Amino acid sequence: MALTLTDVKRVAQLARIAIDDTEAHATHAQLSGIFKLIEQMQAVDVSAITPMSHAQDVVQRLRDDKVTETNQREHLQAAAPQVEGGLYLVPKVIE
Amino acid sequence: MSHATLKQLSDGLAAGKFSSVEVTQNFINKINNLNKSLNCFISVDEARSLTQARTADALRAAGRAQPLTGVPIAQKDIFCAQGWLTTCGSKMLSNFVSPYDAHVIERFNQTGAVNLGKTNMDEFAMGSSNETSFYGPVRNPWDRERVPGGSSGGSAAAVAARMAPAATGTDTGGSIRQPAALTGICGLKPTYGVVSRYGMIAFASSLDQGGPMAHTAEDMALMLNVMAGFDARDSTSLQRAATDYTADLARPLAGLRIGLPREFFAQGVSADVAKAVEAAIAEYKKLGCSVVDVNLPNMGLSVPVYYVLAPAEASSNLSRFDGVRYGYRARDYTNLTDLYQKTRAEGFGAEVKRRILIGTYVLSHGYYDAYYIRAQKLRRLIAQDFTNAFKQCDVMMGPTTPSTAFKLGEKSGDPVQMYLSDIYTIAVNLAGLPGMSIPCGFDGAGLPVGLQIIGDYFSEARMLNVAHRYQQVTDWHMRTPKDIGEGVSA
Amino acid sequence: MKWEVVIGLETHAQLSTASKIFSGASTAFGAEPNTQACAVDLALPGVLPVLNKGAVERAIRFGLAVDANINRRSVFARKNYFYPDLPKGYQISQYELPVVEGGSIKIHVGEMEKTVRLTRAHLEEDAGKSLHEDFQGSTGIDLNRAGTPLLEIVSEPDMRSAAEAVAYAKKLHALVRWIDICDGNMQEGSFRCDANVSVRPEGSDKLGTRCEIKNLNSFRFLEQAINFEVRRQIEIIEDGGKIVQETRLYDPDKGETRSMRSKEDAHDYRYFPDPDLLPLEVTEPLISETKENLPELPDQRQQRYVSELGLSHNEATALTANRDIGDYFESVALSSLKSGESLGNADFKLCANWVINDIAAKMNEEENLPSWAFRVSSDTVGRIILRIREGAINARTGKNLLARFWEEGRRNSEGRGNYIHGGAPDETDEIIREEGLGQVSDAGAIEKIVDEVLAANAQQVADYQAGKEKAFNSLVGQAMKATKGKANPQQVNEILKRKLAQ
Repeated sequence: MALTLTDVKRVAQLARIAIDDTEAHATHAQLSGIFKLIEQMQAVDVSAITPMSHAQDVVQRLRDDKVTETNQREHLQAAAPQVEGGLYLVPKVIE
Repeated sequence: MSHATLKQLSDGLAAGKFSSVEVTQNFINKINNLNKSLNCFISVDEARSLTQARTADALRAAGRAQPLTGVPIAQKDIFCAQGWLTTCGSKMLSNFVSPYDAHVIERFNQTGAVNLGKTNMDEFAMGSSNETSFYGPVRNPWDRERVPGGSSGGSAAAVAARMAPAATGTDTGGSIRQPAALTGICGLKPTYGVVSRYGMIAFASSLDQGGPMAHTAEDMALMLNVMAGFDARDSTSLQRAATDYTADLARPLAGLRIGLPREFFAQGVSADVAKAVEAAIAEYKKLGCSVVDVNLPNMGLSVPVYYVLAPAEASSNLSRFDGVRYGYRARDYTNLTDLYQKTRAEGFGAEVKRRILIGTYVLSHGYYDAYYIRAQKLRRLIAQDFTNAFKQCDVMMGPTTPSTAFKLGEKSGDPVQMYLSDIYTIAVNLAGLPGMSIPCGFDGAGLPVGLQIIGDYFSEARMLNVAHRYQQVTDWHMRTPKDIGEGVSA
Repeated sequence: MKWEVVIGLETHAQLSTASKIFSGASTAFGAEPNTQACAVDLALPGVLPVLNKGAVERAIRFGLAVDANINRRSVFARKNYFYPDLPKGYQISQYELPVVEGGSIKIHVGEMEKTVRLTRAHLEEDAGKSLHEDFQGSTGIDLNRAGTPLLEIVSEPDMRSAAEAVAYAKKLHALVRWIDICDGNMQEGSFRCDANVSVRPEGSDKLGTRCEIKNLNSFRFLEQAINFEVRRQIEIIEDGGKIVQETRLYDPDKGETRSMRSKEDAHDYRYFPDPDLLPLEVTEPLISETKENLPELPDQRQQRYVSELGLSHNEATALTANRDIGDYFESVALSSLKSGESLGNADFKLCANWVINDIAAKMNEEENLPSWAFRVSSDTVGRIILRIREGAINARTGKNLLARFWEEGRRNSEGRGNYIHGGAPDETDEIIREEGLGQVSDAGAIEKIVDEVLAANAQQVADYQAGKEKAFNSLVGQAMKATKGKANPQQVNEILKRKLAQ
């Protein structure tokens, strides 16, 4: 399962990270090295094992359905790059 | 004063030997002297820290002081602190003043501790050398041409250089233990779920855990008393009875069974490191401990497994950095996709982007089972290895790192070599176990060596006891580097 | 070639919790932009989700109502894609292990009854809103809706026409309101459908390539969009083309569907279990508790009305359009009993007629009247019916009283935030007494009036005797009018018939 240059570009697109051809080539070389390391996993038979998603075998705690938050718009929008009329602005979205 | 332990500062404040304002000012002066050359802190806010110190002195005057009231502590810049610039070592958050406090910050504030500043770190905690920080590398106080380790490198170096009596860190694959080892201090990564992750900027959610970094086990116990505990805002925070981690520090170690994982002493570990660790184990035998060989047969797979799971979670965790609601936004863009792509290409550094790409790839259609699911299955095997080994021993010991601090730039061009430097620490995170590093000697070049202590789930108090007894009979933890001002050098 | 249409629906029902699914922010509709978007909803660095118990309970309630399996263990996953109304860059949803699996919904199209199977229902969070209009060259993002709990209800591709799809959607809409898990307000987006549409040659058992039409927020748009999409697909295939699997958007102004550009990553959402959330465990006690609190369901109630109360299928259907009307009907019946009577004595037919023909009709006349906002209390209506059953007043007087009370209730409530009933049970009796509305059943008095009417209308008497039946109704009307409508109409009929036969 060798990683290709096309994979690198596809994945960069999915991750919304601009990447030019030079960077893509360099990244491809580095990632190929890392995947060589990762491929060591393929040597083990894992068919009988249950995947482990969490460090502890506990179940989700539930929160009571209560409103605990108040309006903090001004406070929270102080960090925003572009705001108008309480809305976050982005370039026009085409659906 | 700056060479005092947290415990000594706490006692001195309680005895009225000095005020919090004096202690805080003293450390701020140390930071002002050393930060240019060591680059341990990203933000220092003298006025804010001194205000907290005055409040702490008032609390004490009112008779409402707790053990850490008025004690200054440096905070890793991964913890959101209201009103503080909180960058996570990234350009992406270079303008982000947090509007809220992380649980850990809240706890320290409640107890009246002083926030001494925000420490440098690898960008988004992704790195083992502190070279991936947007704010420049941190230098190791023991040799400024060498790295302090990472990702909590700023915290580790600050404590080692006595710029802070103690600091917080976070550990996803060794980010507390490895820098602690490389800078000659103590660091503890608690059992997953013991310290709330709320407000701790996520790298790999199922592995991240905050913990203390300090000079002594006793100091770490004092900090863990504040940091640990249930938090309803973190679904993975565990509801357990409160523990006083200082209570059992002095308990004798006679009868303690120390497991030595064979895999930790196989090829790869440098001779100097092995020698120091073996000497430490000999010391433990003198304290009445027995030693047994144990096996962690799948430990070799922990690095590949980790480099699937951690990047996978990170690729998703870091999607929120899109230049819309906070943080960096690219200056020029033509449309929404362009805004996203440029913001993220410019705002993230090379290592972070590398891991996002790895993570995106292993989760993507057609690769999920072969990489992500397989890695999760191997994670279980690795965790089971520990469960089996703990049937034969109470704690495990081995080196924290294969070698002592490496040179700046030595591994930064070779990610795989860099990743392999975490080989002894990563498995502990995968299993969710507590792990610790304490100083146990020096190599031929005078660089510190760390002894790793791994405990069973929730055995932090026992581990701190094991470390404390060793520190009663050794003084590795009190050695100081040259050229850091007052104090005796190693 | 004849084509068969295959439709499956994915319905998003906003759950009627007070707070969001993973944060303590309010879910109330219509607040100023971003005033109900807290740190968790905004995906600030470091924040974490904690699951709302209210959302879980509502999902279980739904599962029990459609006779589905409630998974004892389900898992929240992340669905990764970039969009400005999705602050985390992923939506927390359930993927491989949803909380509800299976179940079914019965629908009626014309005379035909059909069962639509459900695939699953899972919990997830809603996204924010993008406002495209108000800013030059920019889109404004409001995250108040981000994190509102949704139950996504997925049907099997069991529907074969737009009409069936609409019947299913309506039935589902009534059900989620019935069991109080969703307010069903479609204008506010509380209940929205995505339709998966494909066509195949009739007789084929292979599914054609489907297109998903997003965000249909009215039954009319659902019908129009499906019909357009079916025509579009058939035209493409008949022209030798191939259907491309894609997400499409319905444009109600143009009456057509078009491809959605923003969904270009739709093929690769990189789902994986959310490490911030642990597996959701639904315990037996929680299930049995929910089961106990579950109201009688619409299909059960409809059946009871037919088999136990003797109502017709149509009457039972009308009285189970929503839970409020049925509850009201039952309460009317209870209040219509004479003293000492038990519910078995109730004249359910009579009460049903009143509630369907008078009450429900009046409710429909007013736009946006909530289904529970009756202008007259069921006690009052029951009292009126009781007086009719006793013969104290006649039906016409009763209807007049109802109309009068209803109008009074409407006027009382006008311009106020609440609803105030017009009339009252005892007021009914007072008015009957004070205004002398009591029914005239005195045979002598009626006979006298009938005689007067016959004398004054010789022509109509002649017409009737010449065989014109209509003339009889006119004579009854004259007699009733002469008693100001208070005469016992049955007696008037009898006496008139007797006199005319003499």
